[in-house]
Amino acid sequence: MAPILSVRDLEKTYDGGFQALKSVSLDIRQGEVFALLGPNGAGKTTLISTICGLVRPTSGSIHVCGHDALIEYRAARQMIGLVPQEMPTAPFELVGDTVAFSRGLFGMKPDPARIEGILKDLTLWEKRSNPIMALSGGMKRRLLVAKALAHEPKILFLDEPTAGVDVELRHDMWRIVGELKQKGVTIILTTHYIEEAEEMADRVGVINKGEIILVEDKAELMRKLGRKLLSLSLTEPLSEIPGSLASYDLKLEDEGRSLVYTYDTRAERTGITSLLTDLSQAGVRFHDLQTDQSSLEDIFVGLVSQG
Amino acid sequence: MNFEAIKVIYLTEMARTRRTIMQSIISPVISTVLYFVVFGAAIGSRISEVDGVSYGAFIVPGLIMLSLMTQSLSNAAFGIYFPRFTGTIFEVLSAPVSFLEITIAYVGAAATKSIVVGLIILITASFFVPLQIQHPVWMAAFFLLTAVTFALLGFIIGIWADNFEKLQFVPLLIVTPLAFLGGSFYSISMLPEIWQKITLINPVVYLISGFRWSFYGQADVSLWLSLLATMIFLGGSLAVVHWIFKTGYRLKA
Repeated sequence: MAPILSVRDLEKTYDGGFQALKSVSLDIRQGEVFALLGPNGAGKTTLISTICGLVRPTSGSIHVCGHDALIEYRAARQMIGLVPQEMPTAPFELVGDTVAFSRGLFGMKPDPARIEGILKDLTLWEKRSNPIMALSGGMKRRLLVAKALAHEPKILFLDEPTAGVDVELRHDMWRIVGELKQKGVTIILTTHYIEEAEEMADRVGVINKGEIILVEDKAELMRKLGRKLLSLSLTEPLSEIPGSLASYDLKLEDEGRSLVYTYDTRAERTGITSLLTDLSQAGVRFHDLQTDQSSLEDIFVGLVSQG
Repeated sequence: MNFEAIKVIYLTEMARTRRTIMQSIISPVISTVLYFVVFGAAIGSRISEVDGVSYGAFIVPGLIMLSLMTQSLSNAAFGIYFPRFTGTIFEVLSAPVSFLEITIAYVGAAATKSIVVGLIILITASFFVPLQIQHPVWMAAFFLLTAVTFALLGFIIGIWADNFEKLQFVPLLIVTPLAFLGGSFYSISMLPEIWQKITLINPVVYLISGFRWSFYGQADVSLWLSLLATMIFLGGSLAVVHWIFKTGYRLKA
């Protein structure tokens, strides 16, 4: 299936000379939730803004459902809804009016029933006649989602949807994303909360210093780069690792009371069986063991610090 | 054309006027009535007729022009500056709306507001002085052209300004003095000869002169010169707006 969004060799150098995007290529599949991860200043917002027409690309191309985003900008933008990172709102406008305004901007005839549906889905219906400034921060964020959905986009961009929000609202946002995915909306979200990508994404892209350094299925990524730790709680503390075990990637922790073995889940042989045999031959006894899989966060930090 | 987008932007701008009716409609009307009372009734009674028209009636076209220019300018400047300031402009820029449509909507709304203000002043004035409009079609044409031209100019200022001070700078320090010195309250034939020549540099002279001619059939400069000056203003503003959108100046990085 052709990608719903295709970015090719996209470059952006701002007037000041800062190169925010360096030859970015990216394909987004229809119906997926794609998480774009990256530290602050990596180029996440520039990438989204360029796709949405807020920033002019220096070179490269963007196609949305086959429409060139620069030439056939009307058809391309029609497909896209954008929830920006900051929460810009006109303070005095009414909630219901502003959602209807967003729909009209996209050239669509008023449809009060649909606006009602969107507001109800986002639990804003009760507030429809209130001015925006009377909303709480969480409601404002939901309102921005409502505005972005008012023209029934096929692709929804969520730029840092949960930056600086409380836990409840974050879960609320995750629920909304889940429901939209059910309805077939393709979602691209940026975040620097790894937890968020882990929770919601089908695929993960990592951007750093304006370059996409990795795009991978989330599960695949976790499996591929995921390193596992085996911790053994020792019966007798060790002062050093016995010489017969030198070939293993071992570390002593917790003042010698715990032995940590790092292994790669990619490897055909993890070496666990032979390690345990060698341990008992060396007379090292343990009373408990546990394994830990590295989280997306560890993977991410590993990738970004390499770059 | 995305007419739906033009409609919603226009209506939202007009709704803003209704919310701020004191500031948008009532305050310019009151200040113009004050000019009228002071210059027309109090001082005007000591001034003889100007070119056969009583002074009170003589200043009406100038007053309307003055408020038309300043209102178009500040309404349009604020109308586009405010969404830039709050950040809500992102929505318009990421929507399938062309720059032409954006301009039509914002400039149209600003011009509409100033036309409403101008009409209210005209009606108010008709209670105080005997008004006659000899050339209603020309009058409507100058009225409309000036409103649109200065709304375009205001739109440019609203895009150029990156703080509130700049937003006020052009209306207060350039346009208001030019309008006052452009013959709002006097005929330039009342000036010493040297100033009659100098004052012709002021583009506003031509606008006010043409507009006053449509009322009383009397002008400081020829009608065609007035029309030409208005058109140059309009063309210049359109060219700048075109350039802004071509380059994305202050709107797109």
